[in-house]
Parts: sequence; structure tokens; C-alpha cells
Amino acid sequence: MTLPYALEMRGIRKQFGSLVANDDVDFAAKTGEVHALLGENGAGKSTLMCMLSGVYRPTAGDILIRGRKVSIRSPKDALALGVGMVFQQFRLVPTLTAAENIILGEKSSVWRGASWMRRKTEEITAVAERFGLGITVDRPVWQMSVGEQQRVEIVKVLYRGADIILLDEPTSVLTPGEADRLFETLLKLRAAGKTVILTTHKLREVMAFADRISVMRKGRMLKTLNRLETNERELAQLMVGRNATGAVRPEAGTPGKPLLEVEGLTVEAGRGRTAVRGVSFTVREGEIVGIAGVAGNGQSELAEALAGLQAWSAGTIRVCGREWKRASVRTAIESGVSLVPENRMKSGLAGSLGIVDNLLMKTYREPERSRFGLLRGRRNREWARSLVERFDIRATGLDTPVRQLSGGNQQKLLLAREVDRDPKLMIAVHPTQGLDIGATESVHRLLLGLRASGRGVLLISEDLDEVMQLSDRILVMSGGSIVGEMSRENADRERIGLYMAGLRAVPGEAAS
Amino acid sequence: MNGKASAAGTEVGRAGGARRRTAVPRLAIEFDPVSDRVPWWMPIAAVLAALAVCAAFIAANGLDPLAVYRKMLTGAFGTRFGLTETLVKTIPLLLCGVGVAIAYRISFWNIGAEGQFLAGAMAATAVTIYWPDLPAAASLPLMTLAGIAAGGVWGLMTAVPRAYFRVSELISSLMLNYVAMLLLDYFVFGPWRDPGGLNFPGSPMFTASQSLPAFGGTRLHFGLVFAIAAVLLYAFLFRCTRWGYELRLIGSNPEAARNAGIRLNRHLLLVMLASGGLAGLAGMAEVSGVAHRLMYGISPGYGYTAIIVAWIARLHPLGLVVSAFLFGGLIVGGYSVQTIGLPSSTSEMLQGAVLFFVIAGAALGRVRIRRAG
Repeated sequence: MTLPYALEMRGIRKQFGSLVANDDVDFAAKTGEVHALLGENGAGKSTLMCMLSGVYRPTAGDILIRGRKVSIRSPKDALALGVGMVFQQFRLVPTLTAAENIILGEKSSVWRGASWMRRKTEEITAVAERFGLGITVDRPVWQMSVGEQQRVEIVKVLYRGADIILLDEPTSVLTPGEADRLFETLLKLRAAGKTVILTTHKLREVMAFADRISVMRKGRMLKTLNRLETNERELAQLMVGRNATGAVRPEAGTPGKPLLEVEGLTVEAGRGRTAVRGVSFTVREGEIVGIAGVAGNGQSELAEALAGLQAWSAGTIRVCGREWKRASVRTAIESGVSLVPENRMKSGLAGSLGIVDNLLMKTYREPERSRFGLLRGRRNREWARSLVERFDIRATGLDTPVRQLSGGNQQKLLLAREVDRDPKLMIAVHPTQGLDIGATESVHRLLLGLRASGRGVLLISEDLDEVMQLSDRILVMSGGSIVGEMSRENADRERIGLYMAGLRAVPGEAAS
Repeated sequence: MNGKASAAGTEVGRAGGARRRTAVPRLAIEFDPVSDRVPWWMPIAAVLAALAVCAAFIAANGLDPLAVYRKMLTGAFGTRFGLTETLVKTIPLLLCGVGVAIAYRISFWNIGAEGQFLAGAMAATAVTIYWPDLPAAASLPLMTLAGIAAGGVWGLMTAVPRAYFRVSELISSLMLNYVAMLLLDYFVFGPWRDPGGLNFPGSPMFTASQSLPAFGGTRLHFGLVFAIAAVLLYAFLFRCTRWGYELRLIGSNPEAARNAGIRLNRHLLLVMLASGGLAGLAGMAEVSGVAHRLMYGISPGYGYTAIIVAWIARLHPLGLVVSAFLFGGLIVGGYSVQTIGLPSSTSEMLQGAVLFFVIAGAALGRVRIRRAG
């Protein structure tokens, strides 16, 4: 007898403190289908998956697996029920081999001799081969590419007997080529009768391989659709709540003097890894230059070097015609470079401090803000209050720890701080990551406003749509180099995708 | 982000992998991802809990806990002598407490106040040994400076390895306490021993010009002014000054501070210079104001108690004053119960219990209990 649904969730609610991550979510996956959970960052997809895999427990609601009500208390419980999860951040021990990672935590035998290990390795290889997951079982994980590590994770859940396989944002770390390979694997899993559920916010992927698609927004489940009966446009509308046109972009201006000139910049990332290899480009006044690329291809290190946080081993950085001698944050701040860092709570804001203190971070040395080594308390508060109003930051008070603000308000606070300094050059790294559509739009408007007032913006983002929508010119980074450059007019998704995958040799195109 | 990671709840109630659920409501313990605020009454509750636990030990010794506590209370605060004695103990606790609190503000876990205290005491004594005949106007400032400098250097000895070689300050500051203790033993048993002291392990008594002035015939000395000034400076530093702002930033998020152009290592060294300097000043005040000599066992663990003082105060200036005063009273009260047959370590037991409950209270502050369906 085959049950209609391998898995069902009814009226699921999950609260973290006062934050509602999932609100009355109903969700069901059929046996032997590839089901995509679609939604923006922060829509509650991962939370839902974590409840299925036993990492979190629902505040309310029921989970049914193969028609039976269950209570999943731990990942171990989940596995016993045949539910296995591949996390976005892999759970692998880098120094162990693939096989050792897979059998880690197995309690089946006390004595683990060579023959036992050999048998296990054979079993693992058999599982891997059955689903076309090419992995080298005896190679340490740290030597593997991200794609191969992910395959190890998939083999791990398969080997442990999962037939409902959850993947959280599986493509976010992969190049387009690796992603295609992952899709093939997923189809093979489906053919073998496994149920695959994955989360993503990428429409095109969903349309490429999912059987059914469930769209979430702001913690709620909106709709489940058959792929064949929908299209990208409808999905996008559901996902963002309206037509995803975004901020209106004024037409091309005329870029002015060069603000930032980078020549042959090379950054070592330690342990002999070269993160940035001989990168050269220019950002001019009144221009937004976008850098696209899969995360981990040197963008973060490039941004850090330009913010004075990271020393470089070769090349030059010139800001407004003046060359920087060495990495210094103070020099960067004083020459008018602003940074919107990748992870705002980790490196941009001080979570336990209030709004005033967070706004002061870059300007507290100026005579406006402090005198004779003393902060000008009352004046700073008034200034902070005016910024809160101007940038529409919603908070209960000026002294509320900023950790308690929503992601969008945190980002607005950070941008308020950086924009109010009237920077000449703004480096924005993933500026809209995790923000809802409204906040994203106001961030975009701010960046375009800077451009309109003759400032330069270097936009580093993984979100190709964002890069294509805002940038005057687009550079593509791969393996630490800039492998492609194109103007806004002749940018197209496919070519950028090829560049991102590190395929330089596109005929008729001059890669740097 | 990190809120979510720590938000994995644990459920109490029934254990085991029960598949079917009944309608019995269960309690769920969850970590609040955003707020870790501790209610204001938590330190008070911690003290009460500690008193309750220690009452059991006292009762087990065959004594009436209430009577013992009453005796401790009157011994410490009930008489004029008790009160001044308590204040005398408050001085080193407050100075060391402010010292460690500064370091804790930037999450530098200095547990070496004891060693820094002893270093200050030794340096101040060295001044009296090598320049015995200076007038008060010269010797007291010199002793003060020497005490602060020696404490500061002792503090730097943990800050420098931490800043440049990533040596854990917990280990190095703790170990340096023993170095300081043994060094002190060497001096008082060896080169600095008072020749006329009948083999007592202590330096010669200080002269009047080497002793801090006392207030009106009591043992309460000028060190009180140092302590009050230190608290005021501490409050002012963190409330109003640019440096205080930088330190708050470092304490809240070192990486964000780095992004704001703050050089962490430099501040680390300065903070430890100040932190150790204050403990060193406490050591100077103790030898010059109370003992009037350097001697074996000069500190009954002021540097360690100061850590508890700072924690209970939650690093708040006013809280520091209150908790230093209470712990001063606890030490004096501990002496007073010796007369009824309890060891003075009863008060140490109480100190430990208070710290235990304060830390437990801080941890519980992040936890919410709610009914789970």
C-alpha cells in the first residue's frame, strides 16, 4: 500500500521568544516527489525543515510521517523515522575521510577492525554509486570541493536509511555546473522512490526540476503548486507579494572622475591560499559597479582590503587619486570609504549597545561628536534621533539593544550610519541579505541615491538579480580573479552564469 | 542568526521517544534568542539562596543559623568598630573590584587581581626599604606610584601574551597570582624580614611618614578616598568619555570595533594597565594604611573576592560600591562568628555560594519556561 503523503505538517507554529518564524503552516509532500519550498530569506523555510529534522520542536501543530503522528525530538529520532537532512552548513569533520564521516556516531559494533572498515567502505561506495554520487570515500573532507562535500552529506543520509531527504538551500554554495549535477542526483533519488524536499529562493532552479512547489512568505505557507501549472512570474509574485519590479532605476548617467582605482590587487588569505589574484578595476563618481560571483571566490577578502581591514601582498589601491600605503581602517574611514559588511550583526553592529552608540561607531572621533576626549552626549542623542526619523528606523527607544531590532531595521540603522557620513565610496556587501522586500527596496533606493549624488558604489552581491538591476557595470569574480566584465546594456544572465562557473573562454569576449 | 542557533529548545516532562502524545500539557524550556536581560532582583535572590544553603551547613554543625547570621550582621554593621572594620575591608575590595570590572567590560577575564594586589604591596614596601628616610610628602606619593606601576606591570604580563601570542589570560593571570604570592614569601622570610621582629615573617613596621593617614583614631584610612575616586572615575569613563565608548564597543562586538578603526590590542594593554594598576593601588593602601608593614598573608584573598564583587554588581559602578561593602561586612562578620565556635571560613563558604547563585541566575536569565502543546 502506498500512502498519498510521505510527510505531512498540520498547523505548525514556531516561536523564538517573541519572534514567530512559522505561523500555522500546513505542508505535505507526496511519496517519490521532488518538492521545493520556495521563499525569500527569512520566510521560514529553514525553520520548517529544522522541525522536520528534529533540530527544533514546533511550538504547536502536528507532524505526520507516512500517515502516523510523530514527535521528533532529535535528529536521531528523525533518522529513525527515515528523515535525513543535508544542512546548508555541512556537518562534516574536515580531517576525517568521507567514509569516516559517514560512519561517525554509528553504534553498531564495538570492535572496528580493518575488515569491518572495509565492509563499511564498500557499503558506502555501493550507496554512492547507486545514486550516481561520485565521491572518493577515503579522501579527507577538507581536500574536497564544496560540491563533493555536499555529495558526502547526501550519501550520509542515504546510508543511514533515510527515504525522506531534506536539503536546506543546497545550491547556495554551488557553482551553476555543480548545481546541475545536484539536480541530476535529485532526479535519481526520485526515481528510486525517495521523497526529496529542498528549500531555495531561486525561481529558475525550481522551474527546472521540482514536481511541486510550496511558496512561503513571512512565516506563512501561501500555496502549493504543480510545476507544470505555474510559471516563474506567478511564483515571483507569490514570493515577494507583488510584481518584483523593485526600485525604479534612473537611466544611465555620465560617470565622472575615478574614485577607486585598483590595480593588480592580490590578497593572501593565510595558509597559502590566495583569495584575490591580481584584480584591477575602477569605480567612478556616479556609478554603481556590481561584482557578481558565487560566495567564497574572493569577494569578501576584496571588500576587506578596500575597507582597510585586510593587508594585501601586491598591487595598489588608490582612493580619489591617493594611494594607500598599508591597510588601515582609519585611513579608509578618513578618505570617505564606507563599508556595509557582509554580516551586519557579526561585524557591523554592536548588538548589546543601543542605537546612539551604534550610530556613533564611525564618526565618534569627529569634533561634532566628541570634544576633549568626551562624547557630546545630548547633541549625539539629538543627532541619532534625527537619523532614526530620516531613515525610518523602527525601534522602541534610542537605548534598545539593536540586537532586538528586526533585520531590516538593523540594516537601515547601519546604512543610516554609513550614508550620513556622506561617503565618497560605498562598498556594500550582500546589502539586502535576509531582508524583506520592503527593506530591500529602501536599501536599493539609498544606493541609487548615492549614485545620483555623484558618489561611487561597489556592490558585491550573490543575488544576480540585484546586481543586474542596480549596476552600471558588472564584474564577475571566480577563483579570486575578475573573469568577466560587461556593461549594463549587454549583461545577460546566462553569460554571467558561465563566468561565475569559472569558464573564461567565452568566444568573442575579452575577459580581463 | 546566532539567536536561532542557540534557540534549540529542550523539553522537560516525559523522556524517551514516545510516538503518540496525550493531552497532558508539558513545560518547555527555551532560550530567548534576543534578550538576555537579567531582572534587577536576581543578585538579591542569589544572596538569599546562598544564605539558605549555608544555613543548612550551619545547622549541620549544631548551631542555629539565624543566630549565626544575626551575629555576623551585628559584628559587621552593628557596632562602630564593626562598621569601620567593614569599611577598611571595603577599600581593597572596591579598588580591586573596579579593576577587574574594567577588564571584564571588554571581556578580558582578568582573575589576577590577587597577584596585582600583592605586586603593588611589594612595590610600595620596596620604597620604604630602599628610601627609609623620605618625608611623608615624598614617600607616600612615591609608594602610591610604585604600587600602581607594579600592579599595572603585573597586569601587562597577562595582557601582552594575550595580545600578541593569544595566550589565554585566564591561565596566565591565575598563575601569576602564585608567582606574586611566592615572591612575597621570599621577601618577608628573606631579605626584607624585620631583624627585630622575633622571626615574624614581615618587613619592618612603616614609619608615620610611610603610613596613609587614618580618620579620627580609627583604622579607617585615606585609601577610602582612593576607592571612591576610582569608582567615580570608572563611572565617568564609561558614561561620558570617548575611551569608555571605545571600550564598550570592544566589549559588545570586537569585530565591529575593529571595523570602526579601533586597535584592539592597544586597548587591551591600556585596560590591563588600569586594571592591574587599581589592584596594585589597593595593595599599596593595604600595607601603608592597615598593616603598616608587608607581611605573610597580607591579603585574605581580596583579589579573588573582588571577582565576585564585580560579578554581583554586574559591573555597575553603584553596584560595585554596594557589593564591595557587603563583602567587606561578610569578611568582618566571619571573624565575629569565630567566638561561637564556627570557623571564619564560613564567610568564605557564603562568598562561594553567592557567586554560584549569581552565575546560575545570569544563566537562567536567558531561559523562558512556557507551556508547550
